[in-house]
Amino acid sequence: MATQLMKGNDAIIIGALAAGCRAYFGYPITPASEIAHAAAIHFPALGGTFIQAESEVSAVNMLYGTAGMGIRSMTATASPGFSLKQEGLSYCAGAEVPAVVVDVQRGGPGLGNIAPEQSDYFQATKGGGHGNYRLIVLAPNSAQEMCDLTGLAFELAEKYRNPACILTDGFVGQMMESVDIPEPKALTTDHRSWAVDGTPATRGNLINSIYLDPYELEAHNLKLQAKYERCEVEDVRFEESDIEDADLIVVAYGIVSRVALSTIALARAKGQKVGIFRPITLYPFPTKRLAQLAEKTKKFLVSELSTGQMVEDVKLAVGHTAQVRFFGRCGGVVPTGNELLDQYDAILGEEG
Amino acid sequence: MKVYEKPNALYGTFERKTGPALESTHYCQGCSHGNVHKMIAEALVDFGVQDRTVFVSPVGCAVFGFYYFDTGHIQAAHGRAPAVATGIKRANPNSIVLSYQGDGDLAAIGTAETIHAANRGENITVIFINNAIYGMTGGQMAPTTLIEQHTTTTPGGRVEGIHGNPIRMCEMISTLTAPTYVERVAIGNSKHIMKARKAIRKALQIQIEGRGYSFIEILSTCPSGWKMTPPDARDWMLEHMTKVFPLGVFKDESKAREPGSWDRVIKPFEPEAVGAYLKDFVGATVADPSQSKPQEMHCKFAGFGGQGILTMGLFWAQLAMRAGSKVSWIPSYGPEMRGGTANCQVNIADERIGTPLVEEPTMLAVMNQPSLEKFEAEVVPGGVLLVDTSMVKTAPTRTDIKTVLIPASEMANQMGTSKVANVILLGALTAATDAFPFEYVIKTLPELIKKKSLVEMNIEAFTRGYQYVREQQNG
Repeated sequence: MATQLMKGNDAIIIGALAAGCRAYFGYPITPASEIAHAAAIHFPALGGTFIQAESEVSAVNMLYGTAGMGIRSMTATASPGFSLKQEGLSYCAGAEVPAVVVDVQRGGPGLGNIAPEQSDYFQATKGGGHGNYRLIVLAPNSAQEMCDLTGLAFELAEKYRNPACILTDGFVGQMMESVDIPEPKALTTDHRSWAVDGTPATRGNLINSIYLDPYELEAHNLKLQAKYERCEVEDVRFEESDIEDADLIVVAYGIVSRVALSTIALARAKGQKVGIFRPITLYPFPTKRLAQLAEKTKKFLVSELSTGQMVEDVKLAVGHTAQVRFFGRCGGVVPTGNELLDQYDAILGEEG
Repeated sequence: MKVYEKPNALYGTFERKTGPALESTHYCQGCSHGNVHKMIAEALVDFGVQDRTVFVSPVGCAVFGFYYFDTGHIQAAHGRAPAVATGIKRANPNSIVLSYQGDGDLAAIGTAETIHAANRGENITVIFINNAIYGMTGGQMAPTTLIEQHTTTTPGGRVEGIHGNPIRMCEMISTLTAPTYVERVAIGNSKHIMKARKAIRKALQIQIEGRGYSFIEILSTCPSGWKMTPPDARDWMLEHMTKVFPLGVFKDESKAREPGSWDRVIKPFEPEAVGAYLKDFVGATVADPSQSKPQEMHCKFAGFGGQGILTMGLFWAQLAMRAGSKVSWIPSYGPEMRGGTANCQVNIADERIGTPLVEEPTMLAVMNQPSLEKFEAEVVPGGVLLVDTSMVKTAPTRTDIKTVLIPASEMANQMGTSKVANVILLGALTAATDAFPFEYVIKTLPELIKKKSLVEMNIEAFTRGYQYVREQQNG
């Protein structure tokens, strides 16, 4: 197996190519531009296509076009660009087009800054555009996962015929780690039952999201909803560390989960039983598992690079069976290990 | 005798349509869409391309193109049809792609997509229905609405000073280099209609032959939106619209374009070819089984931009990775970028690495004054501090750490280039920490350096740094 030290942003393109992605459409934006730079080299070299679109909006619509033709395709952007792409993603979801989008989150709102945040969580996981829909949202926390989860995003996007999103941040994108390059495998999926690919076999197909009749549109929405329910059963992913005996569970994803990982041994050395729960799929969110854990562990700490977004889902999951605290930094500031350790002291020192 | 009937590229009955009357269209009496649909359908059949046609339905009255055309359909968001068409055509250059758009769609909300698809010279056919009004949404002002024309959003008539002037798309697009064929026609009297038919057929023919982008603007009537009878609407269009939007060919380079020259193709996925390419590109890292892993280290390398700080950290990480360690490397980013230092942080461990950020370095290498001032206090007691004394004028103050001083930049200058100061420091670091045996680095370093002509000089630099520290240790 080939292994190489590479940036998370580059690993996304390696993962995409290995997964059979053939087209990339993008618009320059920091800190996601490196993904476009890598795509501009590799896609044409492999007979695929790279287009620097005139706008984020055009990029996502080109993606809608190729993905609607049954070709694995992607776009990548950072937060302000992700806002612009919401229209296109709503259409992809409505027309059941399996597109893949990467959001390397940066500071907001507005122009914000180019430093990392996790403040697009709501937009990514709750259906940031109009209408009843969700993106399938994957949150890598290493360069290897940037590669592997991009591959998985294409699989899940096709499985559910729904757009999938890699929700990451500037740190995971900039970080270099060793990455095992996956072995590309032939695709076993056949798009001809639904895609419109300009051949006689698909002439009768229709990629569309307009349903004028209210009952038809309601039925279409319920069909989408049934897919999401299936996804919530079959494709929830998470990672747990040291939770078996934990008095306190830290819930974090992306770069924050890495900071948390560094604190566990230190906390345990002090006699604090701390564990980590890391959602890998932010949608579908691991609600059931968190509810289960709350039966035993009564204290949760959610840490994010935001003023509190994922914490709402954790609270919904555990209800009143456990206490949920929040510690967030934003604007590009990342919580340090010591800051998290201080939080553990405070929470575990409390009565009850 | 020629029999005129509904072309086969239109469905016999319109089963996709909701409601009653599956044999008639949803278009109003006197609307031009029906004529244009028929001309397109007839051409698709005559040219034998119905099977490979993809019709991009816009937002507007023609959104229901899929009710009528027996072709593939991809419906697009308002104004985005040319971008969607771009994706479609790239995905299958053999497909025949029609971007069929109204004036609001094409010349207002989708102006950028329109201009840029034209400017890229996508091998598609754009059919632009210009009826100077938003039909479906209720008769509002279009970008092509005439001065003094009454609409629901210009109830007193369009006023230049308030609403701007009607926009002329053919004129704009014909200034671009890439488009092959740009013509404006009208659904007026039979002579006009024959011209429109000819233009549509020519545009499709250009696409079929791979000669590039065509733009056909069709002046059309909207009796409902204009609140006129169909005959009055036709007369009004011919009398008023053709004055603002003159008919004719604005650009025709079809003869000059090589047939089949359009080759922006997405080739199918070949897993083996991709696998071979990726392996070749990333270059497999071969772990050295004879080399034991170094001890756990959390390192910070800091200095000015341009001193090779990031490369120094990267080499250090790669040496450890090839010795079998887990590593992470991250450049200064976010708030870390302030304060006149560029830095990178490297973690080396046996097990999975938690945070890639180094808050408490066990090893700090500094190549400028601000870096020493900023980071010296962070080093853990017993850690190693390496200072390029050519660049740092004050002495370190900590006494609970191991300090290694080396005039790396001066030593590099003696070798003829300041650029190897970072590698001199690597040599010093290796000797100071005993992280790797000297021979292992000498063997591995050449594999890490991309420019092979620089290998020798780097080996020399590394050796000098290493020996400098060893002599200090022995002396």
